[in-house]
Amino acid sequence: MKHFFIGLLLFTIGSIHAQKCNYTLSGKVTDFHDGDPLFDAMLKVVGADIYAVTDFDGNYSINNLCAGEYTIEVSHPQCETTLFNISITESTTRDFNIEHHAEELKQVTVTGEKYKNETNSGSEESLKSETLEKFSSGSLGDALKEISGVSSLNTGSTVVKPVIQGLHSSRVLIINNGVRLKDQEWGVEHAPNLDVNSAANITVVKGAGALRYGGDALGGVIVTDPRIAPVKDTLFGKTIFSAASNGRGVSTTSSLFKAFKTGWYVNGQGTIKYSGDLETPDYVLSNTGDREKDFSVGFGLNKFSYGFDAYYSYYDAEIGILRASHIGSVSDLIRAINNLEPNYVEDFTYDINAPKQDVKHHLAKMSLFKRFENAGKLNLDYSFQFNKRLEYDIRRGDDRNTPSLDLELKTHTLSSNFTWDSENDFTANFGAETSYQENYPNPDTGIRRLIPDYKMYTAAGYATIDYNLSDDWKLDAGLRYDFVRIDALKYYLNSRWEERGYDVDYQDIVIQNLDNQLLANPVFDYNNWSGTLGAKYTIDNNLVARFNLSSASRSPNPSELFSDGLHHSAAVIELGDLRLKKEQSFKAAVSLEGNYSDFNFTLNPFINRIQDFIILEPNGIQQTTRGAFPVYAYNQVDARLFGIDVGAQYQLNDNFELNSNFAYVNGQDLERDRPLIDMPAPNWTNTLTYNYKNWHNLTVGLRSQAVFEQKRFPDNDFSVVIPVNSEQVETQVNVSTPPAGYNLFHLSSSMDFNVNEHSKLSLGLYVDNLLDTDYRDYLNRQRYFVDDLGRNFRIQLKLNY
Amino acid sequence: MKSYKIITLLFLSVLAITSCSDDDRIPEPINEEEVITTVIVTLESSGPDDDVVFTSQDLDGDGPDEPTINIEGKLRANTTYSGSLTILNETVFPVEEINEEIEEEADKHQFFFEFNGFDGTTTYTDTEADYNGGNDNPVGLKFILNTGEASSGTFTVTLRHEPDKEASGVSQGDISNAGGETDVQQTFNISSI
Repeated sequence: MKHFFIGLLLFTIGSIHAQKCNYTLSGKVTDFHDGDPLFDAMLKVVGADIYAVTDFDGNYSINNLCAGEYTIEVSHPQCETTLFNISITESTTRDFNIEHHAEELKQVTVTGEKYKNETNSGSEESLKSETLEKFSSGSLGDALKEISGVSSLNTGSTVVKPVIQGLHSSRVLIINNGVRLKDQEWGVEHAPNLDVNSAANITVVKGAGALRYGGDALGGVIVTDPRIAPVKDTLFGKTIFSAASNGRGVSTTSSLFKAFKTGWYVNGQGTIKYSGDLETPDYVLSNTGDREKDFSVGFGLNKFSYGFDAYYSYYDAEIGILRASHIGSVSDLIRAINNLEPNYVEDFTYDINAPKQDVKHHLAKMSLFKRFENAGKLNLDYSFQFNKRLEYDIRRGDDRNTPSLDLELKTHTLSSNFTWDSENDFTANFGAETSYQENYPNPDTGIRRLIPDYKMYTAAGYATIDYNLSDDWKLDAGLRYDFVRIDALKYYLNSRWEERGYDVDYQDIVIQNLDNQLLANPVFDYNNWSGTLGAKYTIDNNLVARFNLSSASRSPNPSELFSDGLHHSAAVIELGDLRLKKEQSFKAAVSLEGNYSDFNFTLNPFINRIQDFIILEPNGIQQTTRGAFPVYAYNQVDARLFGIDVGAQYQLNDNFELNSNFAYVNGQDLERDRPLIDMPAPNWTNTLTYNYKNWHNLTVGLRSQAVFEQKRFPDNDFSVVIPVNSEQVETQVNVSTPPAGYNLFHLSSSMDFNVNEHSKLSLGLYVDNLLDTDYRDYLNRQRYFVDDLGRNFRIQLKLNY
Repeated sequence: MKSYKIITLLFLSVLAITSCSDDDRIPEPINEEEVITTVIVTLESSGPDDDVVFTSQDLDGDGPDEPTINIEGKLRANTTYSGSLTILNETVFPVEEINEEIEEEADKHQFFFEFNGFDGTTTYTDTEADYNGGNDNPVGLKFILNTGEASSGTFTVTLRHEPDKEASGVSQGDISNAGGETDVQQTFNISSI
């Protein structure tokens, strides 16, 4: 109020002297972002014919102003024009900050979305929407295999888990729109609960370089970004329809994006997939149908200095699990391995019966950001995730329609990040993150809980810096600390408790004794440190080298700690271990990137030494009324992985391009001096693409995908005495030997048609496994039972509008 | 600036709503109903001898303890026994008779009997129709066991869930083409005098 009176007083005085017109308004125009002076900014007094232009230091001066109220319009070729109100009562000095923004906007229109690199020195690679769209009817894991060094661990062809340089599951973080996906990711049969169509860009960071997202990325981080909102009035969208012969499936996805010049935006996206039994060249893979219904919606405000984003995504999948892979005993497994054809083949159907998975994932997120002048940008995020996983096995009687696994996982995460970027040569990130997670296994399944009731609390803090040492050298370093507490309530069979020796080590955590089982309350704390150190060296205009050292630290996941029971798809009894410690990796990676006019390449060798690497390994045989079962227990060993990813691209002439990707990983258990299990086999993919721009942008590509035989594997074969042809025979069960290598050919073709000024139709025709080759893949858990997929014709219609 | 405040308020209220109350519930124990702990083979002879009973009992189900095998009575050579099977889940109280479930889904179950070294044969004496409709295919809860010359060896009982009963030899008791999943597989060391 006081200010108002003073203002009024000044205004009155000003009015009295209104005739006097010799005041000067002067000052400086600077970039809001980093405080840099802006040269050649134009200042215009609105309503008067008075102009001024800033000099090299951003200074301006407007002379001969009368006292009064003025509106000053400040404009700059690279900035958004901004209006400022000012009242003049005497000669005034006033600095203006304007948004150095239009430049970004221009890039958006010229080059499409602009996604920043996640790390300075880490080896990372991105998939753009054009590539992702090809996998619209597939899964995230399939799309990621386009990146050399990324393979997948499959259960059939619908459950596809990405593997980065030999590591997967809990060792690979998946970030959906800034939120770390918590979708029971520990399970090898659990596909990421994420629709590939919801991402406009996916970046894979190999290794632990992206500390902001977590310190436990021994394998790497997969960052999926939704479309960045442009700051202009626009409405655009696309619809993709796909149909496939194998599985006789259809899928369609649509998205719509509305943005306003004011910074507001709203968008939505939805996908439906429906397919039936898949087929190998020779037989139907019964019960491998797949349904998916996903959508995401978001809205927000994207001003230069502040904004917010609200986002919700829903993923709902019903996935049939190959009927022939559900087995009751080791005898069944032996039969499966020895028979060339599965024991259960029915006619094609769209029906999905047990065994199957029914998974739903909700993710709600709210984030705010504010930019501070001469400092940087503060982000504040809150997210809530709810994951519901139902798994149905083949059961008897009244339980026939009851799931065998019924898990509800709720995760709340609160995180903040401050990017300090006001110095030209120096960027720093500081952040803190805390989360609370609760797992509830529904007891109505009538089956002992695979994963117990638990609560998990985490708190983390990190700092990273990027420093431009010179034009050629950019250095980076980061450190992160994670605290993890897990507080579980789990029932153990008395016999198991004793067999594991817990009655000696953990008797004090028993809180209840029942007839044949007991309730234990393990509470474990883990303190994890992770860090990264690296440099990016620009050798010349064409060559860039990156050097990165990183260390990641991961606490054992609930499955590694608590698993306790029979796995129906593998006929093994899996046992967790309460004694497990955290695992820590030390990784060194180099990446060399060359960009010449018609030739590009990347070379990416790495070595990863992991202390207390958690592995699942054979631990004897156990007799039950169903026969003998091999027991696999979690254990820790020191391990070493090394390998190389190579990518090259050669433009033969205006029309032909050759693309080549090669990846090799060598994993070794140092304690037993033998290879690690489930390491991707060396693979080499070559693609020859013909493109003729003048005729509907015709593109035809032939790809050869060669996967060599994995010669390095641990011998986990075991022998059991089982009845064979009425005789008790000691039988060797060959579960270790990888299948033979294979070479597949894939054909792709596409054409574009302009529908009208704003709409474009693309038509694609693809043939996967062109020669209908029989093959089995080492990293497919169903390789014991069936061949992999036969030939598949796909058509895809894409309409951009 | 006003919108900024609203956003902050919205943000905090979301936090407040979602910070759920902490209920320290003790989870209820689960006693699995489908576990098969006990297989009892009862053989009644037409003669004066007592019944011969083979029992396999594994009270911790898929737990680490091995099944306890017990053979009661002695088989005689060249004798006909009428056999029956009792399948139990003894982890629950009252004890659950899995026989009832097998009878209800007789068409989805079949027992197989195999000898090794022991001179004996078995014949099914029940069909699906005896229990719950179905057709003439055997189930195997009831059977006849004929012993030959005095011998010793093993006797294996296997229960397959969802076997292909129409496959060659399966309804005569040949397991080779049966398919399906193994629910029970238990071997007894037996002899006859």
